[in-house]
This record gives sequence, C-alpha cells and structure tokens, in this order.
Amino acid sequence: MDWQGQKLAEQIMQIMLLVFAVTAFVAGYVLGSFQMMVLVYAGGVTLTGLITIPNWPFFNRHPLNWLDPSEAEKHPKPQVTVISKKKGSKK
Amino acid sequence: MHSFGHRLNGLLTFSVTILAIMCAIASLSDNLNTPSPTAEIKIMNINWFQKQPQGNDEVSLTMNISADLQSLFTWNTKQLFIFVAAEYETPKNSLNQVSLWDAIIPAKEHAKFWIHTSNKYRFVDQGNNLRGKKFNLTLHWHVMPKTGKMFADKIVMAGYSFPEEYR
Repeated sequence: MDWQGQKLAEQIMQIMLLVFAVTAFVAGYVLGSFQMMVLVYAGGVTLTGLITIPNWPFFNRHPLNWLDPSEAEKHPKPQVTVISKKKGSKK
Repeated sequence: MHSFGHRLNGLLTFSVTILAIMCAIASLSDNLNTPSPTAEIKIMNINWFQKQPQGNDEVSLTMNISADLQSLFTWNTKQLFIFVAAEYETPKNSLNQVSLWDAIIPAKEHAKFWIHTSNKYRFVDQGNNLRGKKFNLTLHWHVMPKTGKMFADKIVMAGYSFPEEYR
C-alpha cells in the first residue's frame, strides 16, 4: 500500500467500526436482544476487516516512484571522508 | 498501517475496545428500567416444630410462594436468582436470617409463577427461641446481567409467627 492508501485504510477502518458499533447497539436495544447487538457488531468487524486489511488495488492509486536500480548505480552514495586530528603537536 | 499484520492488529485492538465501551453502555442502560415486582407468601402448614437433641429449635413448613418478577428483566439480563429468607430477632442476635428456598429464573416468561413447596433448606435456630416468635419472610432477588452491574433488592412481608408450643 502507498502512503495515501494507508491513511485511507485507517480512516475507513475507524469510521466503519464506529458506525457498526452504534448500529449494533441501537438494533440490540430496540429489539431487546443482546445477542442481536453482538451478531451485528461481529458481522461489521468482519466486513471492515475484509475491506481494510488486504492490499486491495484501490489503496495503491498513488504509488511511490522508487528509483530504478540501474539509475541508482549512476549516482553513487557520497563517501564520508574521515579527517584524522592529531592531538598535541611536537615541537 | 504499513503491513497486513499491522492493520490486523489495529482492527482487533480498536474493535475490542469499542466492544468494551458498548458493554459498559449496555450495563448503564439497565438503570433506565423501573421495575415493579410483586410477591406473596402464604404459610400453608407447619409440618413439625421440634427441639433437636443439641438444643436448637427446628421447624419444617410448607409455603405457597407466588410472585410476578417480569418487570425486572431487561435486554441485558441473563437470569434472576431469587431466595426466600425468614428474619427474626433473638436475645442473642439482633437479626437472624435463615434462607429457606431459592431458585434461578432463566427467562422473563418464567418470572410470573407460583410454587407450593416445603422449605428447601433446614430452618434451625441458634438456640430455642422460636416458640411464639414473630418473623418476617423476605423475597430477595439478584438480577444477574449479561454484562455489567448486578442489582439486588427485596420485598419484606411481615406478620408471620411460630406456634406457642412444639408439635
């Protein structure tokens, strides 16, 4: 996933979970059934997982342009030159 | 959210945290319930009333217990634990409570009932104070939730008394 995709995945996950939580609670309360709340919420968690966890193509619409390996060789990494300091000078 | 495992971990953590909050709110919603239970206990018969060899009084009685506890059930109720206790005062103890009978009510449909029964547990005094003693019968209930806080309350029924002599 690219960076934009990761952000999108996180947002979708948080919003879907909250929406399903509220829906599940209201459904359970109105129907008077605790089991209904748990079932709706469990279904919501599974659906959210199926949408946000796998690496779907729509999460990769802004792909990163990694440098081509042959291009990278033409621009070698700069060498770090070590300057040795002589402590104390002999007179 | 850079990897499959990272996203899976985030989903599980967040979903379980939200589930905990939902359960807390469900438990709080029990406070919105205003129950109106009723109960009545009639003592049909004192089967026997003796002094044991150790010196303690013991009585066996048959009761008719009828109650309507349907209003105590909410969507978050797993079961109702009820018990009947006899309460009386003696010179030795300011309050004696003896549990005579209990039951578990698993669903609202079973909460309106009557039962004709002798005491499930033995009614033995600490001493021999029961002759002519006045006592109360209380029906206690514990509303056991599916999640969250348990509520307990009781109905006190007064005006019962033991016979003056052993039988």
